[in-house]
Amino acid sequence: MSNINPALETFSQEVDELLTAMEDALLVLESTPDDTDCINSIFRAMHTIKGSSGLFGFDHVVAFTHEAETVLDRVRNGERAIDPELIAVLLACKDHTAQIIQHVLFNEDEPLPEALQQQGQVLIAELTGSSAAAGNGMPTTQEEKAGHFEVDPNTTDSSDNWVISLAFKQDALRNGMDPLSFIRYLQTLGKIIEVIVTMPTMPRIEDMNPEYCYLNFKIAFNSNADKKTIENVFEFAEDDCEIAILPPNSRQEHYLQLLDNLPEDQFKRLGEMLIEIGALTEKEVALTLNEQSDDDNEEIKPLGEMLVAKNILQQPVIEQALKKQESVKQKINKESSYIRVDAAKLGYLINLVGELVISGAAMRLMVDKHGLSDVDDVASTMSHLVEDIRDTALQLRMVQIGETFTRFQRVVHDVSKELGKQIQLQITGGESELDKTVVEKINDPLTHLVRNSLDHGIETPEVRVQAGKPEKGTIHLNAYHDSGRIVIQISDDGQGLDPEKILAKAIAKDLVKPDQTLSQSEIYNLIFEPGLSTKEEASNLSGRGVGMDVVRRNIEALRGSVFVDSELGQGTTVTIHLPLTLAIIDGFMVEAQKERYIIPLSMVEECVEMSSDEWQIDDTQHYVNLRGHVLPYLRLGDFFHKNKKHTHTQRESLVVVRFGEAKAGFVVDELHGENQTVIKPLGKLFENLDGIGGATVLGSGDVALILDVQGLIQHAKKRVRPTLALTSAF
Amino acid sequence: MSAKAKKNEGILQLSIKDDMTIYNAESLKETLLGYCQPGTQELQLDLSAVAEIDSAGLQLLLLLKAEAQQRGFILRLLRHSEAVIEVFELIKLGMYFGDPIVIPANWKKS
Repeated sequence: MSNINPALETFSQEVDELLTAMEDALLVLESTPDDTDCINSIFRAMHTIKGSSGLFGFDHVVAFTHEAETVLDRVRNGERAIDPELIAVLLACKDHTAQIIQHVLFNEDEPLPEALQQQGQVLIAELTGSSAAAGNGMPTTQEEKAGHFEVDPNTTDSSDNWVISLAFKQDALRNGMDPLSFIRYLQTLGKIIEVIVTMPTMPRIEDMNPEYCYLNFKIAFNSNADKKTIENVFEFAEDDCEIAILPPNSRQEHYLQLLDNLPEDQFKRLGEMLIEIGALTEKEVALTLNEQSDDDNEEIKPLGEMLVAKNILQQPVIEQALKKQESVKQKINKESSYIRVDAAKLGYLINLVGELVISGAAMRLMVDKHGLSDVDDVASTMSHLVEDIRDTALQLRMVQIGETFTRFQRVVHDVSKELGKQIQLQITGGESELDKTVVEKINDPLTHLVRNSLDHGIETPEVRVQAGKPEKGTIHLNAYHDSGRIVIQISDDGQGLDPEKILAKAIAKDLVKPDQTLSQSEIYNLIFEPGLSTKEEASNLSGRGVGMDVVRRNIEALRGSVFVDSELGQGTTVTIHLPLTLAIIDGFMVEAQKERYIIPLSMVEECVEMSSDEWQIDDTQHYVNLRGHVLPYLRLGDFFHKNKKHTHTQRESLVVVRFGEAKAGFVVDELHGENQTVIKPLGKLFENLDGIGGATVLGSGDVALILDVQGLIQHAKKRVRPTLALTSAF
Repeated sequence: MSAKAKKNEGILQLSIKDDMTIYNAESLKETLLGYCQPGTQELQLDLSAVAEIDSAGLQLLLLLKAEAQQRGFILRLLRHSEAVIEVFELIKLGMYFGDPIVIPANWKKS
């Protein structure tokens, strides 16, 4: 891109963003076809691209996007309905636009290739041709909408009173409730204007149990008390009574006004806003939300609709609140401006912060050495600040993983069409953050895993129905933080892995010996070995037996790990553990044979004294009995200095480390405690050193080695007899 | 439940001599149900001795009212005690007993 002038570069970036936004919006439209926001954003994308392309004189782009824009305009005006076909065509249009823009950017003066031209014409034909046929599809939804909004906002006739509906449950009387006493108490807060008593569940008089309560009350109540106070009247009846309190219309005005005055600084959820202005109480929101999530039979109704249906709030208040919410959203969108920063500059900053951390430690050391008590305070404040700067600087590089996840919507959409499967993608934990470099590197392995799930995992609809599963398969992407690492899970509800097949294949490929006994999870994790694929035939997506080993290698290169778990017929879950950042970690410094080592703090479980009476140390097999668990251990001094002869005279400590499920102990001479560790990569020469993941510079200027805990645990286990290893910490 | 009944040309007069509360709701219901027989044209309830009435008692009165409408006899409440009046005023029972189908003339006479 070096020969492109800056304006064009901006243009290409802008186009990228617009097209991504368009794709996202299209995919959203798939599930909610009349989301006007999405339609607008798609229109905006095409419109803006057309405009900017015109500036640069890219006539092909203008011509094509013009057609798309015209169709989208009609959609926007309600003249054309959004249907799956249109979405598919528009997705294709998005791709096509990207292609022609790529073309014109790099081969400015050349005409469009024949293939692209044809593709464009086909798309235009699809766009406009089908639009005539589908032209009258829209009015239905439009009318529905209109009807929806014209619903009479006043559900009650008593205009200026609270309307309190009480529906007591049958056991109320037996539980010692007397509905009348609540109403009596209510009188102390205001004037009861009218009461309507109904007994909708009353059986025939012969069957009626006089000790049951059949009473429902609807009370028109005039009071200046706020909703919370009124709700409190019925606090004790909560369990035995369904309570709905509808504010009076004069309140409504008041609420509308309050809504107007709500600060627009942050996005709030509907419930939160309504609680803030006092139109709802927390209990009401919690209850309604509960109902919303319990009601799993059909599509979930929005909270606002439920509140109106339940007579808790009038329509106008909800509408106003929604409007307010929308305007806040827009305002925030406008305000949340970003600065584009060169990644290299950011990298430089992080490096500097790393140096700062080290020299901070050096200063600390000097202060302690000279015992300067008055400098001590200043030094403490500064190290706090340095810590904050470190966190903030690392934060700068943190991005939410959600964006990476949402990209898979398209993959899932396309591939499931191609394979004739019905698959939906669920995303949770998208707000989990991790370092941008990690995100970039995890994208490929993730794509591979998702495609694997799509291709091998999820069965065709017919097979699924036969197996008694819902026709639509689900792939679930999940991310969360766990002890300083991020965990990413890709799970599907497909056919699962067949351990026997894997084992057979592994034996055939000579990966395991036939007489080897392997646990279930060991068998599953064989799929990460090179050359193993269980799919009978290779498809164009996956299945050639290359890939899973590459996935593991990529992840391990990031100091991460990957495991797979599966249940035949039920699905497969792949779990990836990754470090949050590659630059600075909280370390735990230990010393063995005068050499200092850093263990990532998040992996340290505990430190105990290495005393033979207590732990039944087995010096030949290298394991200890840690409170009933067999724990393999490793003498760091011996491990890294094999040739030296050591005498273990002084007191030793055992540092118990954990990586995923595996545990081991490191025997060290001294514990130095926490340390902010700036990871310095080792030079090419030392890259393949066993058990070392990097190095760091200490405040004193000495170098400490950062241990590769995962590798060392493997080593520790190998030293124990295999049979023991299997029964040990696993 | 103690009640005294007088019968006179299809008009049944009943004096309720007890509280109308959950504690005797069961027997009160049995008694009242016993008087809802065919042939009864009017049931007059003398409430003057009702010293206490709660939701269970109120519920029975409401039920009896509905039953009277259904079976086509007249329910009159007479000589409300203070307790009854208090409850009736509290929840504006005029609305319910003032139903256009059956209008008790003297529900508020004490």
